[in-house]
Amino acid sequence: MDEIEQVLGLYISESRELLDEMELLLLNLENEQDQAESLNAIFRAAHTIKGSAGIFLLDDVVHFTHGVESLLDKMRDGKIASNSELTSLLLDCKDHISLLLDNVEHKTVLADHDFLNGKALLQTLIIVVKQGGTDGPKEPPNDNTQLVPTQDVERENSPKVLSDNWHISVRYHPDSFRFGMDPLAILRYLTTLGDIESITTLFPSLPSASEMDPETCYLGYEINFNSQANKLDIEGAFDFIRDDSQVHIIPPSSRISDFITLIESLPEQDIQLGEILVQSGSLTPNELEFALSLQRQLKSQSIEVPLGTLVVNNGLTQQPVLESAIAKQNQIRDVKTKEIQSVRVDAEKLDQLINLVGELVIAGASSSLHAHRSGDRVLIESFSMLTRLVEEVRDAALQLRMVQIGATFTRFQRVVRDVAKELGKDIELVITGAETELDKTVVEKISDPLMHLVRNSMDHGIETPDVRMDNQKCAKGKITLNAYHDSGMIVIEVSDDGAGLNYEKILKKAQQKGLVLEGETLDVQEVNNLIFEPGFSTADSVTNLSGRGVGMDVVKRNITDLRGTVEVQSTFGHGAMFSIRLPLTLAIIDGFLVEIEKSSFVIPLNMVLECVQLSEGNSDIDPNTQQSYINLRGEVLPIIRLRSLFNLGGRVPKRENVIVISCLGSKVGLVVDKLVGEYHTFIKPLGNIFIHIQGISGSTVIGSGEVALILDVPNLVQKILTTESAKALYSQTERMNVQ
Amino acid sequence: MLTFTETDQGGRAHIEGPMTIHNAMNLKSQFMGALSASQHLELNLAAVTEIDAAGLQLLIMAKQHQIHIQHELNLINHSETVLAAFEMMGLVSWFNDPVIITRQ
Repeated sequence: MDEIEQVLGLYISESRELLDEMELLLLNLENEQDQAESLNAIFRAAHTIKGSAGIFLLDDVVHFTHGVESLLDKMRDGKIASNSELTSLLLDCKDHISLLLDNVEHKTVLADHDFLNGKALLQTLIIVVKQGGTDGPKEPPNDNTQLVPTQDVERENSPKVLSDNWHISVRYHPDSFRFGMDPLAILRYLTTLGDIESITTLFPSLPSASEMDPETCYLGYEINFNSQANKLDIEGAFDFIRDDSQVHIIPPSSRISDFITLIESLPEQDIQLGEILVQSGSLTPNELEFALSLQRQLKSQSIEVPLGTLVVNNGLTQQPVLESAIAKQNQIRDVKTKEIQSVRVDAEKLDQLINLVGELVIAGASSSLHAHRSGDRVLIESFSMLTRLVEEVRDAALQLRMVQIGATFTRFQRVVRDVAKELGKDIELVITGAETELDKTVVEKISDPLMHLVRNSMDHGIETPDVRMDNQKCAKGKITLNAYHDSGMIVIEVSDDGAGLNYEKILKKAQQKGLVLEGETLDVQEVNNLIFEPGFSTADSVTNLSGRGVGMDVVKRNITDLRGTVEVQSTFGHGAMFSIRLPLTLAIIDGFLVEIEKSSFVIPLNMVLECVQLSEGNSDIDPNTQQSYINLRGEVLPIIRLRSLFNLGGRVPKRENVIVISCLGSKVGLVVDKLVGEYHTFIKPLGNIFIHIQGISGSTVIGSGEVALILDVPNLVQKILTTESAKALYSQTERMNVQ
Repeated sequence: MLTFTETDQGGRAHIEGPMTIHNAMNLKSQFMGALSASQHLELNLAAVTEIDAAGLQLLIMAKQHQIHIQHELNLINHSETVLAAFEMMGLVSWFNDPVIITRQ
């Protein structure tokens, strides 16, 4: 069943894409001048999902999607006008379909409340469709077979056939079995739409037994089919094979010329096929004769008319069917060209490639080191060439993982819509820089912090419409998501035109919490950034969105974990802008290599401010604690002795060096033995056993083959800051006790 | 899985288990051995548990081959799934074997 599983997987991922597209279209529907195009696209998405679900016998999905489709059909025909209520309903339905697909994928059963929810949704759909039908202008329903035009009979020289049944003719693509298609399963699905009155299975291309390949499909069939279903539904049964196989569906009471087209387009001999049509009851013998003679006439005239125009001129095909067929063709063409331009690759394979390239970089560095040691000039030269190539391969490999941030941004359209409604605010989301690329893993991890920031802006930032009006602002609030590249980093900005941060309020709160000491002077920027402190919230009331004081510090931590930074800029009364700066990729680091007691460590280069020598005069060394202070040009700089922090032992050399780093808004010095220099390297994650080790974020292998540990600087700094403030607090209480 | 035995009246074969695209390759080679072995082959389908279009296609191939080399092939004791598939594809009369008709 592996093939079926595979095709099912494909179906699910395609359906997800369609659902995403549907959501986007629905969200834009209200702003659209010409809704017809969007509604058509939404309908097609729902229809494709339903049709394909039928082939996999996913009855739940078919049933539910059918309900959605009925409503969309009415909306498309203009019988029900779209409004924001309907959009919400359709969005909920889209969510439910997505839920159904999740269950199919994980082979689970829908949870009880979801099941009931789905039922309720379907009920609402039915009611809306019914009411809409009575309110709307009276027109015969489009999906009924009686609609096949009757008014042009005289004008048309090709009479209609007598049969009131559909005629379906299928010739399977030779690879159909290999694609996991079972013609029997499609027939079985067809029987759910109506009755198969007669079927003739054909296998004219079946070769002799010795040459026949049992995994190739040689089958085809001619079906006389009695059904009240509309053409789109019947076509839906063949959606999955239509691209490769030949499928012809002729509605009841079609013209004989339709059958001529059919006979001409099929590989069998005209007479033989004609007989099958007669046998199956789709044509009477007289009709067949007429058809064949007409065919000869047409042939002698040989007028070349594109098939599409001919069909419409003759009033044969229902207009929506043709439109959807053309759209489908275009869609397929688009997908096909896209397929040529891009290949879907398993993310795991890509990670493996990146890993291998990482190893290659390391091995290359080590070889080049040996080459230098050997002193052989030719060897050194050839290695420098190799190193250059390896670097290019590395960059190209990393490029492979780059994805555009647009998809992440667009997801917020829905969030903004839903939350704005909940809050009773009118908010518009503007997206710019959607094409900015960054590493896939970073994209995945940035989504949560972004969500938090967007929600925060909506809840705290944007004011209610009447407050905005009072402040001479447009009633509609605006949130902007922007992204751009800046010197090897990506900058993502979440800005709003809301109230902005309240300097006074934040400062007061910070003083209450003891984050800022009385009398300490801070500039606006520093105060604003206080909102990232743990447990900080200035919200007067706690809403279910934000304001509980857990949030901004989590956002900050998540971003720091990605080796990024977050800042806020705000003008009171005019809005706030959060800027996140992130490295483009997590796999590579520009580091600064240092040594302590023969152990190597890498410090992220973007945090290094300067290096100074530690002379005995300028430090206040307390051998019992890990930290002490030095006087850096008159400034007090706390330092961390990595030797004692990591218990490396050994003798302290005469000359030690201090690397001044800046992180989390403060400066700290790290004391090391030796400075080696700048170093580009791949980060290898630490194994699970080492996950609890603090102060180390990863490892890498340096040129000599030794392992170097990458320092988790934010963690170290955080640690020193908390002990600092604890100490400060302690001494404060001491003092109070004395008084 | 096709088992073939020769008797005085001709060959007898029966198929056990599924006849689907997954074992079509194997079944075909087993078929080829049985088909040319005897003038008159009786194929018992009672133990076929599952059949898809690829399985049906194999039976069609077998029948056509026997007609071609002027041997006889009779299908007997169609299991329920086989019969349902035959009916679905409109093949009952094509094979022209006596079957127990449950519908129509």
